[in-house]
Amino acid sequence: MNRFAELLDRLAYEPGRNNKIKLIADYLRTTPDPSRGYALAAFTGALSFKYAKPALLRGLISDRVDPELFALSYDYVGDLSETIALLWPAKEVKGRNDVPTLSEIVETLGALGKLELPGQLVRWLDALDERGRWALLKLVTGGMRIGVSARLAKTAAAALGPHDVTEVELVWPGLEPPYEKLLAWLEGEGDAPESNNPVQFRPVMLAHAIEASDFEKLDPKEFVAEWKWDGIRMQAASGLDKSGKRVTRLYSRTGEEITKSFPDLISAFQRDGVIDGELLILREGRVQSFNVLQQRLNRKAVSSQLLQEFPAHIRAYDLLSEDGEDLRHLPFLERRKRLDKFVNKLKDSRVDLSPMISFGSWDELASARAEPARHGAGEDAGAVEGVMIKRGDSVYQPGRPKGQWWKWKRDPKVIDAVLMYAQRGHGKRSSFYSDYTFGVWTNGDDGEQLVPVGKAYFGFTDEELQQIDRFVRRNTLNKFGPVREVVHEPNEGLVFEVAFEGLARSSRHKSGVAMRFPRISRLRWDKPPKEADRIEALEKLLEDEGAAPPKRKSRA
Amino acid sequence: MRPEQLLTPTPSGVCCKPAKFHIDPTRAVDRALITHAHSDHARAGHKHVLATRETLDIMRLRYGENFAGSVQEIRYGETLTLDGVKVTFHPAGHVLGSAQIAVEANGCRIVASGDYKDAADPTCAPFELVPCDVFISEATFGLPVFRHPYAAKEVQKLLESVKLFPERAHLVGAYSLGKAQRVIALIREAGYEKPVYIHGALEKITAYYEERGIPLGPVELVKGAKKAELAGQIVVCPPSSMTDLWSRRFSDPVTCFASGWMRVRARARQGQIHLPLVISDHADWDGLTNTIAATGAGEVWVTHGQEDAIVHWAKARGLKARPLAIVGYGDEDGEDKLDTAGDAGA
Repeated sequence: MNRFAELLDRLAYEPGRNNKIKLIADYLRTTPDPSRGYALAAFTGALSFKYAKPALLRGLISDRVDPELFALSYDYVGDLSETIALLWPAKEVKGRNDVPTLSEIVETLGALGKLELPGQLVRWLDALDERGRWALLKLVTGGMRIGVSARLAKTAAAALGPHDVTEVELVWPGLEPPYEKLLAWLEGEGDAPESNNPVQFRPVMLAHAIEASDFEKLDPKEFVAEWKWDGIRMQAASGLDKSGKRVTRLYSRTGEEITKSFPDLISAFQRDGVIDGELLILREGRVQSFNVLQQRLNRKAVSSQLLQEFPAHIRAYDLLSEDGEDLRHLPFLERRKRLDKFVNKLKDSRVDLSPMISFGSWDELASARAEPARHGAGEDAGAVEGVMIKRGDSVYQPGRPKGQWWKWKRDPKVIDAVLMYAQRGHGKRSSFYSDYTFGVWTNGDDGEQLVPVGKAYFGFTDEELQQIDRFVRRNTLNKFGPVREVVHEPNEGLVFEVAFEGLARSSRHKSGVAMRFPRISRLRWDKPPKEADRIEALEKLLEDEGAAPPKRKSRA
Repeated sequence: MRPEQLLTPTPSGVCCKPAKFHIDPTRAVDRALITHAHSDHARAGHKHVLATRETLDIMRLRYGENFAGSVQEIRYGETLTLDGVKVTFHPAGHVLGSAQIAVEANGCRIVASGDYKDAADPTCAPFELVPCDVFISEATFGLPVFRHPYAAKEVQKLLESVKLFPERAHLVGAYSLGKAQRVIALIREAGYEKPVYIHGALEKITAYYEERGIPLGPVELVKGAKKAELAGQIVVCPPSSMTDLWSRRFSDPVTCFASGWMRVRARARQGQIHLPLVISDHADWDGLTNTIAATGAGEVWVTHGQEDAIVHWAKARGLKARPLAIVGYGDEDGEDKLDTAGDAGA
């Protein structure tokens, strides 16, 4: 475990991709089976033991550390695993031989009953040093976050010998940790493990961002357009394996397999084919905002409650293969016809077609982009990120071929809002006040007052973060745990220009509106708070977006 | 006499009203007693300064001959009586010349620790425990997450990395007074014999340490060295220089930072540090709590840093405890930044 902990520690600080690959490859080269295979599994998300819940860890530490001191420490460090690793009372034993290996830990966790977990964790925590404790806790909580993707780990494994990472990707699906055969093959010994993958990933085709000057050169007759949905680009592939069993896999746009995160989509595919589409969350037929989708992503455990609350959906853009026939060499419009039929035959509400936008000139497309609600996107307009412009005769080529596909994102909306509360960030920003709640003016019960309209934690530079952090510390009115209330008077306070992609009505917010993708686009040190925007400005934007008019509520 | 009558906390430092002096005042005063030469404690412009010889020398090196109206030197263990108040300086183990100041009148003794550490340091006199009624403790690392490992172990990490990447220069960010010289001394203790390169900003103080009999081995200036010569060398520099133009003369350097803050990973990542070295000139949590307990003080006043946790800990042990809101120590604004933490000496 010490070698693995050392590796995680180095990786956490190492920004360079090539250096990361070197570090992992070096570890794989010098660590015996099966520990090294389990490490590879840890990086690729292939470990399958039940993760320990934060509540369990909090329980363990609260038996050992004064709760007040724990709270202050956690607030400062900002990461539960690290806080516990640092606080755990050390038991210095010279020449100890009870330090567990990674394979011991992984295999024990796989076999352990729920009730035995706390006691086992304590024994391990006692036996490890700070770095080992930190790595153990990252492992058992499933939250490593050290900037190593599955693909990077596979690239490092490929670096053990003459093979290429694409070869690893091809044999990978269906393999199980600790990957002894795979690693031996990568080192040049023995044959490749047999791939049992009838549904391989096909590298995706991407679009260029369009510039105003591009339009002159493009003839609208040669192009078609569709909405750019604000979800996750993905590929769904379904086919039969050698034994005639149906296999369906979902891939991210980089080819990482994400099937495990979306078990609710698998049964939608009962035909052989490969769909390129957008992963969305639909509730009662309506596309939810990306913020909602985010709550479904990056979850280690996919609970039935999660599936119910965040039902996944695929909105299909393209069909790359059907019944074993590769369609990628066909023009887009032909593929699209095949796609229409394919989706119709699937007959599943979890998969639908991304509608095309009709337009005769670029100006017409521009108005569709400006007001998707009135140009066919209807109630889903809030989830439209812009439009995609595709050559009708474009074949499907991996990468970003020139002149074929374009993306034309919507312009962000901006308002001036006043900083009201600041919260300390987590992880890398744990000592900075980096999450900001901002408000606009409204005529409330006590006359003119600010009402919070959103929260943002990005959009600024590191230097601006330091400036805001300093402002927050110098202008604090109240402290509530990690949150500080910051001065916000008509003539005193900090104004942010906030950019956002759209607005939606929200009953959860006091202001009645929720922003999509809000971020700080500019610091307005020059502007007194009294000149910031009013809630009426947001109401106006909502109306322009075509959102349903507010339900009349009597104001107390 | 109540302790607050002997030493009164004010926002610009503690003040002894009966003898009309301040300890480490953050604004210019008539009579200042200075614990050590870090710039947040030792400021220029006082009328009269009382401090150890080393502290006075270093202030002179940094601020020039006229850094104070007049100065007076005091040795460790020596007692002076100022308007009926007895004042004694004791080693604090923080940096060369650093002192705790014991102030005593009418049977009440208060010790102002300045900054201190109880860990071994080859470059300064070891911390001396002074029994007292009130102990004014710093709390830079006053959270139980801060437990500094052995400095020798951290230096070992550095030397192993130098072996692993023999083609890359290792930039070790270290505060220019104290930490830089301690890191060089530790590197020597570990048996490293090649020249250690330093940034020009460290030149004067490093030379002063050697002048005072602290052996640091061959030390070269980066300025005079050719680019090729610097590959694979250990280079000690102020933390801020690791991100400024100066550092561009090194191709693909490994950035290291020697500081107690490096114990918390987010801190190291914020500074884009590749190799954090947890080496601190301040007492860690165990050091602070053990020291406070050992002084036998019934009351503890806590300055700059994580006052809340130490105050909580002290109260739980039945001690009287209060935070002193002194503005400017440890540089509140610099607290969170690696590059401008400047001379706080963490």
